[in-house]
Amino acid sequence: MADQDCIIELRGVSKRFDDMLALDGIDLGIRNGEFLTLLGPSGCGKTTILRILSGFEAPTSGEVAIAGRRVNDVPPERRQVNTVFQNYALFPHMTVEANVGFGLRMQGTGRAEAARRVADVLRTVHMDGFAKRRPGRLSGGQQQRVAIARAVVNNPLVLLLDEPFSALDAKLRKAMQLEIKHLQRQLGITFVFVTHDQQEAFAMSDRVVVMNEGRIEQVGTPQEIYENPANLTVARFVGDINILDATIAEKVNGVRYRAVVEGSSMPVETRRDFAPGDEVKVLLRPEDLRVWRAVDDRPEGPFLTGRIEETVYKGATVDIIVRLEGQDGGKTLLAQEYFNEDDQEISYATGETVAVTWVNGWEVVLPDA
Amino acid sequence: MHDGALFRRICILGVAAWLLVFALAPNAGLLVVSFLTRHPEDFVAPGLTLEAYGRLMDPTFAAIFWESVRLAALATLVCLLAGYPFAYGIARASRRWRPWLLLLVVVPFWTNSLIRTYAVILILKSRGVLSNLLEALGLTSGPVSLLYTDTAMFIGFTYTLLPFMVLPLFAAIEKLDRNLLDAARDLGAGSLRAFWNVTLPLTMPGILAGSMLVFLPALGMFYIPELLGGGKSMLLGNFIKNQMLLARDWPLGAAASTVLTVALAVMIVLWRLATLRARQDEDDDILTEGAP
Repeated sequence: MADQDCIIELRGVSKRFDDMLALDGIDLGIRNGEFLTLLGPSGCGKTTILRILSGFEAPTSGEVAIAGRRVNDVPPERRQVNTVFQNYALFPHMTVEANVGFGLRMQGTGRAEAARRVADVLRTVHMDGFAKRRPGRLSGGQQQRVAIARAVVNNPLVLLLDEPFSALDAKLRKAMQLEIKHLQRQLGITFVFVTHDQQEAFAMSDRVVVMNEGRIEQVGTPQEIYENPANLTVARFVGDINILDATIAEKVNGVRYRAVVEGSSMPVETRRDFAPGDEVKVLLRPEDLRVWRAVDDRPEGPFLTGRIEETVYKGATVDIIVRLEGQDGGKTLLAQEYFNEDDQEISYATGETVAVTWVNGWEVVLPDA
Repeated sequence: MHDGALFRRICILGVAAWLLVFALAPNAGLLVVSFLTRHPEDFVAPGLTLEAYGRLMDPTFAAIFWESVRLAALATLVCLLAGYPFAYGIARASRRWRPWLLLLVVVPFWTNSLIRTYAVILILKSRGVLSNLLEALGLTSGPVSLLYTDTAMFIGFTYTLLPFMVLPLFAAIEKLDRNLLDAARDLGAGSLRAFWNVTLPLTMPGILAGSMLVFLPALGMFYIPELLGGGKSMLLGNFIKNQMLLARDWPLGAAASTVLTVALAVMIVLWRLATLRARQDEDDDILTEGAP
């Protein structure tokens, strides 16, 4: 992780609170100008990383460097890093203008220049016209914008955002996600964003860092993480996924294997190296599964057999829950199909026998942990 | 009539009657007396006059008035300077300790403040607790007495009135969102500037409330200057007490009392106006909202 253009580097960073290990040997490079999201369930350590970057926590061990300079002992007020806090933390006794100008005032920026920069940034976040208001008289979305303006007006090297949408309703949240993403492109500032919402992370980020229990599970683009999860934890955390038990039967060639998946012999592909007899997990996204009427429209090639347990209408898609045949009652699979205007007939009767296949090569094969 | 409404009326009536009999009537009496004439045997004689107020125009009284205001203001300042860190400490203490620390602030109320003032005498007097301690530590060569000095008076005022300062301050500081201090530091303010720009303005209501609660009693409290200050410096409280009990000059005492009451009332009104103004400012924000 020794990128030349890393604006922030964490090397072996651990953080211990009393007897709880919040971060366990974090190595991470954050590239200049990227939108990076720390994603994970609550308590995974993502907020602790943010507080270590902003300077409110010091790592127990390891090293933090911002712009090539070790900052372990630099207090928050002397770091060129700004934060958008979870509940905005706008100063209630100051106007929007005074809130946004606070950082510049602390730096001793000249009055005229500060006024100009405040006006500029308020225009950027569409909050000009609210300059004289107090935060208490603003809506949640407006407060959010002011909080962002207050941080970016200082031209930070890195902007940290701590679950900034958690107080907004779903619709506003979607709109703000896009707005912030565009703002980041426009400003070119490195954003480090913390969320537990996978869709939010995927919608906004250049790269996502999936965290769990104080460790980094995977770093990659949203697509890499969704399509090629590094392990079962990541796979389970990002989106719905079917996890099938399988045993490698033989290596066909290169990346091709034949495996017994839930009792049926199926071809699988993986770059990982396995030997015959290895227990593995085959991971498949619901949208990668195909359901066929076993009786009349049987697919060519091998397939899994099951019975329709339930179909759930979702508007644009339909969720199909299939129970596989098996000795121990069989595993349930979730398949998702899009409605096809030409073929209205994807309604299945409960109990109907179906065949399940997937596009070869779209599966992820992981060693059985 | 509805039971609840009846109960409410009785309660309100009770409070109103209490205030009428024990607050309004004596004050009204005082006001009337201040306009009457002095009488050597019956205390007052009929005949409306401004004579008592005329005598208050005396520079001596003005000096007493200003000296009282000065001392009360100083006592308030001392209480504020001592009380703020104190309240801050309690508000930032762990949740487990906070109730106990607050209890310690309130405990002195369980003892009559006059008795506590006598206790202060025991500490401050020559060969008292403080004197012996200083001597034992070798800091002084002989017995020292702080009693009957301005310092003693300040100690008395501060000791008696500090809880009135600490409690509203505690309430204000505890309410303060700590994220705001983080935000200030994040934006480049050191601890001192974060305190000055965020903590202080946001706890101003507590500061004002505490200052009122200390300043107003400090103006009228007569036994502390008398017991600890030795009655050397004449303050408003002592002046009124002396006119009433020693000089038997009721109209003059009543007039001084009325002047004090009016002064306090004016201060309370000003304070109310200031808080209302602050709220008004926020309402104005809506009205002056710029076109988008």
